[in-house]
Amino acid sequence: MPYNPTLVAPMREEMTRMGARQLTTVSEVDAALGDQKGSMLVFVNSVCGCAAGNARPAMRLALQHGVQPQQIVTVFAGQDLDAVSRARQYFSDYQPSSPSIALLRDGEVVHFVHRHQIEGQSPQAIAADLTAAFDRHFAATV
Amino acid sequence: MAGHVFHPGHQELHGITVVLETRGPRTYVGRFDSQDERGVHMHDVGVYDDAAAGASKDEFLRRCDKFGIRPEHRDLLVPAADVSSIHRLVDVLR
Repeated sequence: MPYNPTLVAPMREEMTRMGARQLTTVSEVDAALGDQKGSMLVFVNSVCGCAAGNARPAMRLALQHGVQPQQIVTVFAGQDLDAVSRARQYFSDYQPSSPSIALLRDGEVVHFVHRHQIEGQSPQAIAADLTAAFDRHFAATV
Repeated sequence: MAGHVFHPGHQELHGITVVLETRGPRTYVGRFDSQDERGVHMHDVGVYDDAAAGASKDEFLRRCDKFGIRPEHRDLLVPAADVSSIHRLVDVLR
């Protein structure tokens, strides 16, 4: 059963304030991820305080970096169930976890941050991993 | 907590992905929930079995790190008597 929308609203807003586009339906996911070109970050948001509480601040830090993905989208696990399920089909080599972060380039996953790589890490450490991946995979596409 | 936690402090692992070594051939990787007199409660648990042919445990753990954990159990209770050690996955991989 999805979480109470009132509960998750601030967590959604935290992402949209960073410039992330919310994908809440299967058709929105397909429009964004189907035949995807260029660089994209997909943030699978979560209410989990153990990990998402650091993941969102990490995203905010990472998105201040000089090299960034051209598109930033987000789906909300435990809330937009169909949209999340469809998004995960686009990175199906990777087991589902939330929060998690997928970096795609021309439809291919080039870097994936699992929940277990977020848990217990500081926002700065998570952001450092992300920005290193931005530099490695996206520098030429910005 | 009094009287219910075999290893005080492990509750701080709640929500953390851990590697639980048993006294037998099995190693479990999954999200730690809690520990009580019955054992360790975990979620979304992958299993490595020393007795089964295939990848080494190290390879199994590194695959978990790269591709995530393929859960064989949504919820699992590992009996207290079977638990040998519990460590964070990220620490094991260091």
